[in-house]
Amino acid sequence: MKPLYRQAQWNEPVIFKLGGKGRRGCTLPTVDDDVGKLVGNVADTLPKSIRRSQRPRLPELSEVEVVRHFTRLSQMNYGVDSGFYPLGSCTMKYNPKINDLLAGATGLSELHPDQSEETVQGILEILYTLSQWLAEITGTDEVCLQPSAGAHGELLGALLMRACHKRNGDSDKRTELIVPDSAHGTNPASGTMAGFKIVVVPSNSNGTVDLKALKAAVSEKTAGLMLTNPNTLGIFEEDIAEIADIIHEAGGLLYYDGANLNAIMGKTRPGDMGYDVVHINIHKTFGTPHGGGGPGAGPIGVCKELAKFLPVPQIAYDTKRKRYHLDYNRPESVGKVRGFYGSVAVLLRAFAYILSMGAEGLEEAAEISVLNANYLVKKLSEIRGFELPYAKGRPRKHECVFSVKPMSKETGVRAADVAKRLLDYGLHSPTTYFPLVVEEALMIEPTESIEKEELDRFVEALRQISDEAYSDPNLVKNAPYNAAITRLDEVKASHPKTMALSWRMHQNRNVIKAAASKV
Amino acid sequence: MQQIGIKAIDELYSDVPQKLRLKRKLNLPKAMSEQEVKKHVEALLSKNTSTRDMPTFLGAGCWPHYVPAAVDNIMQRSELLTSYTPYQPEISQGMLQALFEYQSMICELTAMDAANSSMYDWASALGEAVRMAVRVNNRTEAIVPKLIHPERLATLQTYVEPLKMHIRKAEYNRETGLINIENLKQLVSNKTAAVYIENPSYLGFIESQVNEIAEITHDRRALFIVGVDPTSLGILKPPGDYDADIAIGEGQPLGNHLNYGGPLLGLFACKGETELIRQMPGRVIGMTTTLKGDKTGFCMALQTREQHIRRERATSNICTNEALCAVASTVYLALLGPDGLRELGETIMTRSQYAMHKLNQMAGVKAPLFSSAHFKEFTVNFDKTGKKVHTIHEALLKQHKIHGGKDISKEFPELGQTSLYCITETHSRNEIDRLAKSLKAVLGRKR
Repeated sequence: MKPLYRQAQWNEPVIFKLGGKGRRGCTLPTVDDDVGKLVGNVADTLPKSIRRSQRPRLPELSEVEVVRHFTRLSQMNYGVDSGFYPLGSCTMKYNPKINDLLAGATGLSELHPDQSEETVQGILEILYTLSQWLAEITGTDEVCLQPSAGAHGELLGALLMRACHKRNGDSDKRTELIVPDSAHGTNPASGTMAGFKIVVVPSNSNGTVDLKALKAAVSEKTAGLMLTNPNTLGIFEEDIAEIADIIHEAGGLLYYDGANLNAIMGKTRPGDMGYDVVHINIHKTFGTPHGGGGPGAGPIGVCKELAKFLPVPQIAYDTKRKRYHLDYNRPESVGKVRGFYGSVAVLLRAFAYILSMGAEGLEEAAEISVLNANYLVKKLSEIRGFELPYAKGRPRKHECVFSVKPMSKETGVRAADVAKRLLDYGLHSPTTYFPLVVEEALMIEPTESIEKEELDRFVEALRQISDEAYSDPNLVKNAPYNAAITRLDEVKASHPKTMALSWRMHQNRNVIKAAASKV
Repeated sequence: MQQIGIKAIDELYSDVPQKLRLKRKLNLPKAMSEQEVKKHVEALLSKNTSTRDMPTFLGAGCWPHYVPAAVDNIMQRSELLTSYTPYQPEISQGMLQALFEYQSMICELTAMDAANSSMYDWASALGEAVRMAVRVNNRTEAIVPKLIHPERLATLQTYVEPLKMHIRKAEYNRETGLINIENLKQLVSNKTAAVYIENPSYLGFIESQVNEIAEITHDRRALFIVGVDPTSLGILKPPGDYDADIAIGEGQPLGNHLNYGGPLLGLFACKGETELIRQMPGRVIGMTTTLKGDKTGFCMALQTREQHIRRERATSNICTNEALCAVASTVYLALLGPDGLRELGETIMTRSQYAMHKLNQMAGVKAPLFSSAHFKEFTVNFDKTGKKVHTIHEALLKQHKIHGGKDISKEFPELGQTSLYCITETHSRNEIDRLAKSLKAVLGRKR
């Protein structure tokens, strides 16, 4: 196997350098003459204090220039449709095309959120039904679709915990939110935003929550615990029932980070494990495209006790009038976490995905994703320089975390280098240096949507990279060679003296530099 | 299974305690084939009446604008659509460069130095902006206009509730709708973290006292946050030119469809001072070079502010944002260019003025309520017709297949029976005339 992948290398200029004066890529309808006459020059009616004096320095391009520019940029990008994308914790499964097609229908795309309810019964039915299905899948009592992403759901979940303790007159006392040291970074960040102090509990030698440490950490200050299960090592927290008891007995609430829900659909449910709040990453588990960073959707499911605090509006069904409606009448609601009702175009794709899969399809997706991860555990354990930390011999769930610490010690080739070299083979890299409890971590999540041959190709590529590391470490350390660009200077990108976060910032810096050089 | 030595997949779930196992199938509909899914979803969607099926005059934070075919086409490029956050920059240059160009264009529109690569929407961007102000100056109050969008206010309150902040509302001038400057002076103090205004305002009028507001805010060393509708920035002065510290807004009207209110696109930009940039929430893309120094390239910058590095000390928990919507906006702005954006603003303003003129001629109707210049939305007051907005709109919809504006009589009872109408470049003159004619018919009826 040779690293034969070649990504386009267009050296495409920044768009501000393209085009020419007076070019336009789009025309607008003109205003009727008599309307123009009647209204006059509108710019004149604007007070001077608020009139734009200089036109914005946007580029001027024809339509074909714009389309070529962005087509070239897309060719310098790698998506699930380009190849294997085993980014751990991100569940980069295939995004079925039918769902995109349906989301483009004018019955959704041209629907305004403030339309009267009688004109939007179709979309309300879809959203209502989806929320019922998500409640069933997660084993919760009520689902709210409003959050825009997983982290947004986490923030809302943490705010609901806060609201619940406040209601019990406990919010000043219950100030601590517990997270394990293996948690996603969003957990402590969301907890802090919701006003909690973060208490970190260590993992035990099995990579799961250390019950002794947890018991020592809980107190009357405990607001709750945020825990993903299976955890970020891909290991199922088998003590989850006891963990739930410890938290509940201390008066806290249990939060489920849904990033890893894909592994357990149809097998077990967060609600049945004792979780009180659950967020769902729609763009992970339910196969909606991630768009290079978003949009996603992060609905949350809650137990009965917390439902009254959910944001407004909730989508409801009136059985008497046989009508769907937006329910704003929730006096104890925490309010809103965004405008309108959520990422509807993303949620519609998830609705179509669940329709395609059915109960058995979802369960099978979970099974195959777990099978694939365990196949990789077996195969990658045989590679020189790779080791599987924690709970050897225990099955992994949807993902596995390897450490290349031995390789790093013996050859100087680090996890980041392995990741970069994989790109040359036309494979996306796993998540690196996460979870933090593993040194030189490669966190690998194959998902269910990959054939065995491709898994073998991935294994073979890593085996070769290992060979390369032990024979010619510099080859790996200087990778990639076949991507659009070679390794970037990330320090320069963030240094106050060289940082350019916009074209304007870059140009101003050049002006200063030029002036300085004249002096 | 052979390779890993198991006979049944269920063995891989042996560590899930039996008592927690779901011992039945999930209660979901049976799996459908692709064509059945299509038929089923299309049937449900056909129960909706969209803005394509009836002239609709709704805006209020989600605005109907034409989306050029080239934008939709680029959105379908699956290398962009199906990629994740660009953690491996060498293989993600396309997305990174597009997002850098997005940030750059937002900076040009708002006259700010730095922008992030998106927030969820305007409302959450406001929550994040006020939290950022508190990180900068460690104060406890924020001032917002009384005529703020109620959903944005609700979101702001949710975002700052854990900080135990006090949100104060600045009164408005009953004649013009503009901020009551005397009242603002009284409210701003050494406790004020930020003063926030919307331009154009929620009710469509343009806040022209921007220089005074900036001065009052900065006199007390508070931060000045301005929320914008970017389609206005071809003709309206950008916030950076009146000394705003943070500019936020809604990017949806730039090349993104309505989608029943989501996804939206939160704009977020700030001045170039290091202490501001360091406190910015969200992902930021920077321009850099290769390690060899031979080529320009792009990567995520200032990651040490973000949750995956800084964890509980991060400036925000945001991770997934609205990247693809940001790219749509970039394509849209590239197609329009500076002259297109100005023309767009002028067309919208001309048409909305025409609509105001037509509606204001009707007996008992006042459009707009306030005397200031308006951009694309305006208030229509029906008090003197003796009818309620709700009744009028219901008749418009049922008898004339026209969807009126947003009924705001409950949001702002002091404004009486008032509705918020929106006119963009998508509303033809015929549609506006039809609205006027139909309204006249509805108002002329006895009951």
